[in-house]
Amino acid sequence: MPDASYPENLRYHHEHDWVRVEGDEAVFGITWYAQDALGEVVYFDPPEVGSSITKDTAYGELESVKAVSDIHAPTSGTVVTVNQQVVDQPEVVNEDPYGAGWLIRVSLGDPSELDGLLDAAAYRAYLAGISS
Amino acid sequence: MTLPADTPQQRERATTIFEKSVPGRRAFVPPGLDVPEIPMSDLIPDRARRASPPGLPEIAEPEIVRHYNRMSRRNFDLDAGFYPLGSCTMKHNPKLHERLAGLPGNARLHPAQRPAAAQGALKLMWHLQEALGEIVGLRAVSLQPSAGSHGELAGVLLARAYHEDRGDARRTRVLTPDTAHGTNPATVSMAGYEVVKVGTSGDGGVDIEDLRSKADDTIACLMLTNPNTLGLFDRNIEEITRIARDCGAVAYYDGANLNAIMGISRPGDMGFDVVHFNLHKSFTQPHGGGGPGAGPIAVSERVAPYLPVPTVVRREGGDPQFDLDFDRPKSIGRLRGFHGNYGVFVRSYAYICSLGAEGLREASEIAVLNANYLLARLKEVAGDALPVAFDRICGHEFVLSGAPMKRDLGIRTLDLAKRLLDHGYHPPTVYFPLLVEEALLIEPTETETRETLDAFAEAVGAILAEAAEDPAIALHAPYTTPVRRLDEATAARRPVVRQPPT
Repeated sequence: MPDASYPENLRYHHEHDWVRVEGDEAVFGITWYAQDALGEVVYFDPPEVGSSITKDTAYGELESVKAVSDIHAPTSGTVVTVNQQVVDQPEVVNEDPYGAGWLIRVSLGDPSELDGLLDAAAYRAYLAGISS
Repeated sequence: MTLPADTPQQRERATTIFEKSVPGRRAFVPPGLDVPEIPMSDLIPDRARRASPPGLPEIAEPEIVRHYNRMSRRNFDLDAGFYPLGSCTMKHNPKLHERLAGLPGNARLHPAQRPAAAQGALKLMWHLQEALGEIVGLRAVSLQPSAGSHGELAGVLLARAYHEDRGDARRTRVLTPDTAHGTNPATVSMAGYEVVKVGTSGDGGVDIEDLRSKADDTIACLMLTNPNTLGLFDRNIEEITRIARDCGAVAYYDGANLNAIMGISRPGDMGFDVVHFNLHKSFTQPHGGGGPGAGPIAVSERVAPYLPVPTVVRREGGDPQFDLDFDRPKSIGRLRGFHGNYGVFVRSYAYICSLGAEGLREASEIAVLNANYLLARLKEVAGDALPVAFDRICGHEFVLSGAPMKRDLGIRTLDLAKRLLDHGYHPPTVYFPLLVEEALLIEPTETETRETLDAFAEAVGAILAEAAEDPAIALHAPYTTPVRRLDEATAARRPVVRQPPT
C-alpha cells in the first residue's frame, strides 16, 4: 500500500474523487483517502461506455471487504472508456489509486464545472477537517 | 520440557467429510429384505433417474460423530462466550425452549397436516399472533415471513397493494434514513421501488427538514429503524410518522431493535402501519449463519386486508376452532411454502409466556441499562481512542468510532476485533453503520452479568495499551483461533465455493 498523497496536478471532489483533465476529456478515480477508508477493493461495477453521467451523482460502485459504495461523478460528461484492468484486478485501486487504478475516462459536458472542484491544498484542508 | 523449534503448533487442518470417505464403508447396515423386491425402474421411470450414483461420502458412524463434534468445537457461539454483535441481539436462549420445541407434538408435526389434526399448533400460533400484536400495538399479524428482510419485503408489498387498491399509481419511491438497516434499501429495490435517502441530524436522529422536503405524493412508504443503527431512539418519532402519513405514505417500522422497547413503547401508538419482528433476536432463538428465523409482521387496519394468505384464525364455536383462512380476496398472496418456521414460534411463545408482560419490559430495561453501563465503562478505558459516535443515553446498543485509534495507535477497528478473539470474545459488529468512520457497533443484551461487561471493557483497554507499546501484535491477530487471519480480499475476489469430492 502506498503512503498518503494528493497530487498537485489533480482536482478533487468532496466525495473523495479526483479528476485529471486532458484536453476535452477527463480521467476519474478515487483518492488515497477513499481507498484507505474502503479497505481492500474486491469489485468494480463500472458504467456503460457511451452513457452520460451527472456531476455529484453515482456513476458506478466499488465493493470492498467492508461495504459497497457509490462512486460520485466530480463533473458531468459521457463515458469514453472504462478501465478494464480495474474490472479484472480491483486491487490496483488500492495499489495505485492515481495511476493504474483510474476508473473511467469521460468527454467533458460542461468544463466550467471544474471550477467548483478543490485543488490539492484545499482537499488536504478538507480532510484535516474530517479527521479532527 | 522444551519442544523442538519445528514442532507443529497448529491444530490439524480442517477437512471435509468427503476427504474421509472410503469406498464401501457404511454407517448403517439395513436388515435383510422381507418383502418382494420391485425393480427400481418400475417405481421411478428411467428418464427421471440419474445415470451415475451421487457423490455421497462413505464413512463409519464414529467418524461422522467425531467429524461434526470437532467442527462444533472450532465454532464460537453464545454458549461459548460473550457475543456483543451489534444489531443481532445475541441474547441467551433458555434451554427450556429446546425441550418444548422438541416435544413430539411440536417436532414431528407434519406441515401438510389438516388444521383439524393440528389444533395445538394452530392454537399456539394464534396466541403468538395475539401477543405480538399487543406488544407493538397493531392487532393484525402474519407469521409467514421467515426473516427480518422477508418481513420488510412483505411490508413494502403491502404498501404497494394498499396504494394500488386506492387507484394511486404515482407512488414509486420509498424514504429510507441513512441510519436504517442495510436491508431496508435492498428491500425497496427488491419491491421495484426507488430509494430516497434521508439524512441524519446532529443528535443522531432523522433530519426532519430533509424528510419534510422529500415527503410528497410520489412516496409510497417510509422505512424507519427505531432505535436506529446508532442505538438511538428518535426524539421526533411522532413528527416523523405525521409527515409520512400527511404525504399519504405507509409508515414502516423496522423492528430489528425491538429489544430496546418491549413493554415500554409501541410502534402502533407512534403511528406506524407495519412492524416486523425478528423473533430470533428479540424473542430468543439460536440464530446466525443464515437461520432458521422468523420475521412476522403486525399491521394497522388500513393495511390488514392485504396480509399474506393464509392467516391463522380462531372461529368461536367453529369446528375446527383454529383454522387457516384462505378467503382473503385482497391478499398479496403467499410468501412461502407452509406457514413459517414453526419451531421458532414455539420458542418465542415459550419466552413470552415465561417472562410475561412485566418480564418483557424488564428484559428491555436491563438491555438498555447494560448497554449504557458498558458504554460508560468503555468511555473510562478507551474514551480517547474509541469515542462514542453520538454522545447520548443509548438504547440497547451503541456505536464507537475507531478513527482516533487508527490515527494515534496505528491499528484499525478490524485489528481490534481480531485481537478480541484472543481474549475469548466474539467481536462486535464492525464497519457498520457506514456513517461512522471505523465503526464498532456493540450490543451486550440483558442476559450478561456485570462481571462479563467489566471483563470485556478491560480487554478492550488491554488491547489499546498493548497497541500503544507494539501495534504489530494486534495487526497480526488472532493467534489462538483454529485459523489465523483470513484473506478476506482474495476470498471475495476469487471465491472458491465448492470443493470437488475427492
